[in-house]
Amino acid sequence: MNATELANQAQATALRALDLAEAARRAAEYAAPVAAAAEPFLYLLTIFLLACFVGYHVVWNVTPALHSPLMGVTNAISSVIVVGAILAAGTADTTIARIFGFLAVTLAAVNIFGGFMVTRRMLAMFKKKGS
Amino acid sequence: MGQTLSTLAYLVSSVLFILALRGLSHPETSRRGNMFGMVGMGIAILATMFSKGMGFGGIALVIAGLAIGGTIGTIVAQRIQMTALPQLVAAFHSLVGMAAVFVAAGAFYAPMSFGIGTHEHIHAQSLIEMSLGVAIGAITFSGSVIAFAKLAGKMSGAPITFAGQHWLNLALGILLVILIIAFVATGSGVLFWLIALLSFALGFLLIIPIGGADMPVVVSMLNSYSGWAAAGIGFTIGNLLLIITGALVGASGAILSYIMCKGMNRSIINVLLGGFGSEGGAAAGGGGDADRPPVKAGSPEDAAYMMKNAQKIIVVPGYGMAVAQAQQVLREMADLLKKEGVEIKYAIHPVAGRMPGHMNVLLAEANVPYDEVFELEEINPEFADADVAFVIGANDVTNPAAKTDKSSAIYGMPILDVERAKTVFFIKRGMASGYAGVENELFFRPNTMMLFGDAKKVTQEIVQALQR
Repeated sequence: MNATELANQAQATALRALDLAEAARRAAEYAAPVAAAAEPFLYLLTIFLLACFVGYHVVWNVTPALHSPLMGVTNAISSVIVVGAILAAGTADTTIARIFGFLAVTLAAVNIFGGFMVTRRMLAMFKKKGS
Repeated sequence: MGQTLSTLAYLVSSVLFILALRGLSHPETSRRGNMFGMVGMGIAILATMFSKGMGFGGIALVIAGLAIGGTIGTIVAQRIQMTALPQLVAAFHSLVGMAAVFVAAGAFYAPMSFGIGTHEHIHAQSLIEMSLGVAIGAITFSGSVIAFAKLAGKMSGAPITFAGQHWLNLALGILLVILIIAFVATGSGVLFWLIALLSFALGFLLIIPIGGADMPVVVSMLNSYSGWAAAGIGFTIGNLLLIITGALVGASGAILSYIMCKGMNRSIINVLLGGFGSEGGAAAGGGGDADRPPVKAGSPEDAAYMMKNAQKIIVVPGYGMAVAQAQQVLREMADLLKKEGVEIKYAIHPVAGRMPGHMNVLLAEANVPYDEVFELEEINPEFADADVAFVIGANDVTNPAAKTDKSSAIYGMPILDVERAKTVFFIKRGMASGYAGVENELFFRPNTMMLFGDAKKVTQEIVQALQR
């Protein structure tokens, strides 16, 4: 094996390595958004499942006498969706999205105020003997 | 407000919401709990309003929406009658559902605001989450509208059934899945609205076969859905607060549905398939009427005399009491009896009323102290040493056949053991069956005395007799 052959082989190997590197780069480019999307999703999913457990335990502790106020409160807090509505109404770059955001803010506000107020009215009526 | 700061604010809100639910474990702590909930919501709204990219115009738009909605909500909440609470809650659920649809639409038409892509290309995963949010939101909306109409008497409470109903729903469900897949693949706006429309139809079709008396389950279930819809939107826009709150609400509604189903000894599937109470069920009682002993009827004066001389009375109120608006006069009767030294307790069946805990609120409104009101498990052992069980507006939940008669439609349902009391007074308009279409064996027991008439009128007559 003379020097020229050795040089040619080295060159071929180097080119193959370059190809491989390019393929790896492409694969990484392709995989990156998937990985980037999967990781926060798993994180959100973890939080979601943990919150389900917290909800399960907290709600079983609610006294049956207060199940109607419980529905009032949960109805009010489920309107926390207003957060998404505010972002759409306030930061959207299209008019149509702002209109949808505004409508959603209004509907959610009916629920938030209505839900908390009606719950307050209900709870104010629960009195102990002699009071 | 920076990203970290608003995330922290959302975390505080989440904890406050959990504390709000935690407070409901006792009436004494519940008012503070509700306050925690309000503060949590306030923090969440402010943190979002001062987040990055909110212009002056945007803030003004948000404040306008909050002011309009807040005014409507406050007025409605102040004016609503407590008997109309179930339909109010159903109406509120429909608003959450619709808001979820609108937020998803907002995200679809302004993906950059939520960091889920550009107008030309929204991430596939976000499209999946978005379509789930829209579908659940739309089903919650139209389902709640039907529940509202049935509860408010704006449409018949009778189940609406037709041939092939469940197959139609199944077909529409499959079509919905196909639409969602196509939407994720193409990101087309037309498909977005088709998903919404189909889900509206599905919500409508899912609730119409369910009878008016099963509405407590439906309202709880829609409560759960509104939570899942919020969580779905939370996943779409990557917001932790929405996900946590959605999970809390979803779990709460699911547990309430379970409790309601157990109170009727039916599976959730059985309730959802619907049609219950549509047949006459005349034969369900079994046995001929000929061998039945005659029913004993009494007068309000008799009842007043016997109750005055009793030591312990357990009152069993049902929805009929609320319909007759008899709760105030019932409490007057209880006050008069208490002056005579009679011990009064109230027994509440889990499915009394038209939503979970409805009867407790109605009694509380009539100034009945909450420590005189007991749940089924607590009170059942006490009927044996009660002199009188006073049944007002309840029926099926007192039927002893649920314990013995395997052929009965309500067999296995937990009931209040009123028949163990020395005397049972049963207020009723006539001899008609309860909603389950089952005749109540209790009427024919030797220790039962029927008081025929309107619940309010009969109770008023008892009060007059007691005052004499």
